[in-house]
Amino acid sequence: MAEGTPDLTADELVIAGERFGSRLIMGTGGAPSLEVLDQALAASGTELTTVAMRRLDPAARGSVLDVLRKRDIKVLPNTAGCFTAGEAVLTARLAREALGTDWVKLEVIADERTLLPDPIETFDAAERLVADGFVVLPYIGDDPALARRLEQAGCAAVMPLGAPIGSGLGIRNPHNIELIVEAAGVPVILDAGIGTASDAALAMELGCDAVLLATAVTRAQRPELMASAMRAAVQAGRQARLAGRIPRRHHAHASSPLTP
Amino acid sequence: MKVTINGAAREVPEGTTVAQAVRTLTEQTSGVAAAVNDEVVRRGAWESTALGDGDRLEVLTAVQGG
Repeated sequence: MAEGTPDLTADELVIAGERFGSRLIMGTGGAPSLEVLDQALAASGTELTTVAMRRLDPAARGSVLDVLRKRDIKVLPNTAGCFTAGEAVLTARLAREALGTDWVKLEVIADERTLLPDPIETFDAAERLVADGFVVLPYIGDDPALARRLEQAGCAAVMPLGAPIGSGLGIRNPHNIELIVEAAGVPVILDAGIGTASDAALAMELGCDAVLLATAVTRAQRPELMASAMRAAVQAGRQARLAGRIPRRHHAHASSPLTP
Repeated sequence: MKVTINGAAREVPEGTTVAQAVRTLTEQTSGVAAAVNDEVVRRGAWESTALGDGDRLEVLTAVQGG
């Protein structure tokens, strides 16, 4: 391999000592059917995918777990729908029991209108779950100070949002994402707000270690095609980050000789 | 006695276990977790854990989300 060429086969995402070849983490919410979801997950190349925990519905047919098992995708339960630390801790413990994993995407929502994460409840829950042996991946606002505090509390990654869940608004504050990346000693996973492929590429160019998205794929007009686009975007953004972009200049900088 | 299973009021015989109550919803045991009054009951303890009058049983599984 030529000097300076990144060895992308070895460019793995490592979370809590576990290695992933894909830096695209998928969610499963919003897909019109399990068949569509299955095709989208396959096209995305994801190796880690979130599920939610809900009351068992005796009438439900098929399970998202069957899809993940078939594709050999690691399951990442989330605590979506929780508004307090207590609810999130119980949900994580139920997920551990049901799914046999101590990994949890910690998500504690402040209100139903914005779905923004509640930093106080999230931090409280993170401390309790770390103490209980969980691998905790907290969903947070784009707050560098909170990200640092959660890392110090023992979280295995931090997951700042780009924009509110399902909004598709992209990364509203790229500077804060860069500040989080600069300071972090654990993986930074851009979570929520991705609308299209360029948003995912930007997240990786800013230095994020991975991207988590769901709606952008599952509610696209052609989910499988968008999943494929996201896979390429995450890879392109990662390569651009490793390659080192040119500095932005105020004026032109000739690339051809100016003298005849 | 009266218990609540996934938010629905139910009348069950005295001594009904968590395992019996879960079976009223599903035959499946993998991918399912149960909590009584907000405390997880490990699957290995379902047969030996009896519900009491007024208990709240929650039976959860994974669904699409996130």
